[in-house]
Amino acid sequence: MKHLIALVLALLLAVPAFAVQPDEILPDPALEARARELSKLLRCPVCQGENIDDSNADISRDLRLLVRERLIAGDSNDAVIDYVVDRYGEFVLFEPRATGANLLLWLAGPLMLMGGAGVAFVWLRARRQARAPDVLTPEEEARLREILKE
Amino acid sequence: MIVELGHFALVLALAVAVLQSVLPMIGAWKRWGGWMAVAEPAAITQLMLVALSFGALTYAFVTSDFSLQVVVQNSHTDKPMLYKVAGVWGNHEGSLLLWVLILAIYGACAALFGGNLPATLRARVLAVQGLIGAAFLVFLLLTSNPFLRLAVPPFNGNDLNPLLQDPGLAFHPPFLYLGYVGLSMAFSFAVAALIEGRVDAAWGRWVRPWTLAAWVFLTIGIALGSWWAYYELGWGGFWFWDPVENASFMPWLFAAALLHSAIVVEKRESLKAWTILLAIFAFGFSLIGTFIVRSGVITSVHAFANDPERGVFILALLAFFMLGALTLFALRAGTMEARGVFSMVSRESALVANNLLLAVSAFVVFIGTVWPLFAEMFWDRKLSVGAPFFDAAFSPFMVALALLLPVGAMLPWKRAQVGRVLRQLVPAIVFALACAALAYAMQTGRSALGPVGAALGAWVVMGALTDLWTRTGRGQVAGRIARLGRLPRADWGKATAHTGLGITIFAVAAMTSWAVEVIKVVQIGESFTMQGYDIRLAKVEEVEGPNYLSTTATMEVSRNGRAVTTLYPEKRVYPVQAMPTTEAALDYGLFRDIYLVIGDPQENGGWAVRGYWKPFANWIWLGSILMAAGGLLSLSDRRWRVASGARRAQAVAAE
Repeated sequence: MKHLIALVLALLLAVPAFAVQPDEILPDPALEARARELSKLLRCPVCQGENIDDSNADISRDLRLLVRERLIAGDSNDAVIDYVVDRYGEFVLFEPRATGANLLLWLAGPLMLMGGAGVAFVWLRARRQARAPDVLTPEEEARLREILKE
Repeated sequence: MIVELGHFALVLALAVAVLQSVLPMIGAWKRWGGWMAVAEPAAITQLMLVALSFGALTYAFVTSDFSLQVVVQNSHTDKPMLYKVAGVWGNHEGSLLLWVLILAIYGACAALFGGNLPATLRARVLAVQGLIGAAFLVFLLLTSNPFLRLAVPPFNGNDLNPLLQDPGLAFHPPFLYLGYVGLSMAFSFAVAALIEGRVDAAWGRWVRPWTLAAWVFLTIGIALGSWWAYYELGWGGFWFWDPVENASFMPWLFAAALLHSAIVVEKRESLKAWTILLAIFAFGFSLIGTFIVRSGVITSVHAFANDPERGVFILALLAFFMLGALTLFALRAGTMEARGVFSMVSRESALVANNLLLAVSAFVVFIGTVWPLFAEMFWDRKLSVGAPFFDAAFSPFMVALALLLPVGAMLPWKRAQVGRVLRQLVPAIVFALACAALAYAMQTGRSALGPVGAALGAWVVMGALTDLWTRTGRGQVAGRIARLGRLPRADWGKATAHTGLGITIFAVAAMTSWAVEVIKVVQIGESFTMQGYDIRLAKVEEVEGPNYLSTTATMEVSRNGRAVTTLYPEKRVYPVQAMPTTEAALDYGLFRDIYLVIGDPQENGGWAVRGYWKPFANWIWLGSILMAAGGLLSLSDRRWRVASGARRAQAVAAE
C-alpha cells in the first residue's frame, strides 16, 4: 500500500529531477560544447535566476532544444543568441548587451576604479608633502607635564 | 502562556531599547554620569528580554504549538528535532527575531567588554546600538510579529521548505546574521566617533576586533551557504551570483576593506575619514542585504517573504540610518585630520589600493544586483544580469587584488622600495610560474583560466608564507624557526587568512575550468566511465524516510577493477510540501570529488544518471575555513586584551 502511495505521489510530482536530459545531448561533442556555452548565457524565463541548463522547467528544455536546433542548422553563436532574444526578449539574456543605458552597467566598474584611483593618487601625493602636526593639544601638554614631574 | 510571555518580553525589550538609545546620548552630551550609566544595564536587560522572547518562540516550535501562525506555516510534527529548531529562523518572522537577538548580544558584549572605552564614547556606542535595536523591534512588532495566534489551530503544520531541511542550511543563517549584525558595531562606533568628533589610534584598535569578528562570521556563513548549494542543488555549482548571495557578499567585501583600513588608523593615524565611511557603508550594505532578502523585491531562489509593506519599512530604516550617518559624516569629516606622513610607495598606499579594489568590486556587485530593478523603473526594460556579467566584471578586481597582495603585505610602513620586496619574493614568483606551467601541461583543454588561477593561488600562498618567514628576521635557520613560534598571533592570522584566500582563488579557477560532466542513460547493472572511474548502477529502490519518500540508487565506483566506494544518490519527495528534491551522493577526496545524481526512469528502461568529477572542490571551503581561522587567530592576539596600555598607565600612576 505504501509503495502504491509512493508511486502515485512520484507520478503526480513527476518533475524532471535534473536539467539537461540524456536524450538532448548532441552526438557531436564540439557542437554540444558550444550549446553548453550558450546555455550559460540564457536565463530560464519562468524560474528565479537559473540558466536553462540548471533549470527543470519545460520551457528551459524547449530553449535547450531550440539552441541545439539552431546550432545544427549552422548558426553562429551570436546568431543563436539573437534568434532566442528576438523571440523571448532580452530578459532571457544573462549578460546584458553593452548598448544604450546598459553601457553604464558595464562601464561602472572601470569608471569607479579610475575615479577612485585618481582621488587616491591626489590624496597620496598630498600625504607625502603633509607635515605631521607637532603641536600638542592643551590636555596632552598638561599630561606631558604631569609625566615629566613624576 | 509561554508564547504570550515571549510576546510581552519583546514589547518590553522595545521600551528598554528606546531608553537605551535616548538617555545615554543625552548623558554623554551633558556629561551626566548617571544618565550615561543607564546604557550598560539597559543593553544587558535588552538582551535578556529578547533572549526570553526567542526562547519562547523556540519552545513553540519544539512543542509544535500549532496555535501559532509561524509554526503552522513552517513546521510539522514529523520533522526531525534539528529542523524544528532550525525552523525558528527558517521563516521571515523568526529570522528577524534572530536578527534582533544577535543585535542585542553584540550590544551586551559591548557593555560587558567595553570597560576600557572612554565613558562618553561607550555611552554613545551603546545608544546607537540601542537605536538600531529599537528600529528593528518596531519593525518586528508592527509588520512581522512571530507571536500571532490562530483562532482555529489546525491539526498539523505545512512543514519547512524541504530544501532548507539540511544541516548545512540549518546553521547558515545564524552565522550570516552574526556577520551582518556584527557590522552594526562598526557602524555604532563610527557614528559615536563622529558625534564625539574624535577618531584616533585607540578608536581604530577598538573597532577592529568587532569588524574582524563580523567578517569571520560572514566568511563562515557564506562558505556554509555555498557548500550547501554545492551538494544540495544537484549540479555541483557553488556560487550563482544570485541576488541573495550578492547581498551577503557585498558586506563581506566592505568588511574586508574596513578591517584593513582600520589597521592604518590604528598604526598610522591616517585614512580616518575613509574608515568611518567604510564602517557606515559596511552596515548600510548589511541593511541592503536584509532588504533584498526580506522584501523579495528582486525575485530569487531565497526570497520567502514577498510583502511590499515590509520592504518599504526596511527601506525607510535603511534611508534613516544611512542618511543620518552620512549627514553626520559630511558635517564632521573635515575635523578628522590625518597625521601619519608616508610616501607614495608604502604599506599605507598598498592598503589604499586594497580598499579601492575591494570597495569598487563591491559596488560592481551592487550595481549588477540592482540593475534589473533600475532598468525596469527608468527605461521599462525587463532584463537580467547574471553570472556571465559578474564573472566578466568582478573577476578582474580579484585578479588585481591577488597580484598586489603579496607585495603590498610585505611593504614597510611610511616609505618602501618595491624592488627590495620583490627580491624577497623571487622564490614565490618562480613557484607561481612553475604551477602555471604544470597546470597548462596537465590540462586537456586550452583554457587560460586554469593556469592563471594556479599561478595566482600559488603566488598568494607563497607570498603569505614568505611574509611570515621574513618576519623572523635574519640569522640561522634554526633560530628563525624558533622565532616563528613566538611571532604575534596577528602575524599568524594574517598569513593564514591570506593563504586561505590564495587557496580559494586557485580552487575556484580549477573547479570552474577542469570539472568533467557525464550525462547518460544507464540500465540497472550497467556501468559507465568518468575520468578513469567505472561507475556501476547496481540497483534503484524506493525507501521511506521520516518525512519524505525516496528513490535511492546504489552506485558502485571502482578504478582499475578495485572498488573505491559505493554511493547512494537519492531523489526525494516531501509529501507535505509536495516538493521533489535531489540528494546528490558525493565521494569527497583531497584532489577530487565524485558527485553522482540519479534522475528519472526512462521510457525504454534504464535511468538517467548524472556524474561529475570535481577537481579541488574541497579546497574552496578549505580556503574559506583558513580565512576564518586567520581572522580568529588575529582576534586572539594579545594586544586586544592588553587594553591599549590604558589600565597599566593608571595602575602605575596610583602606586
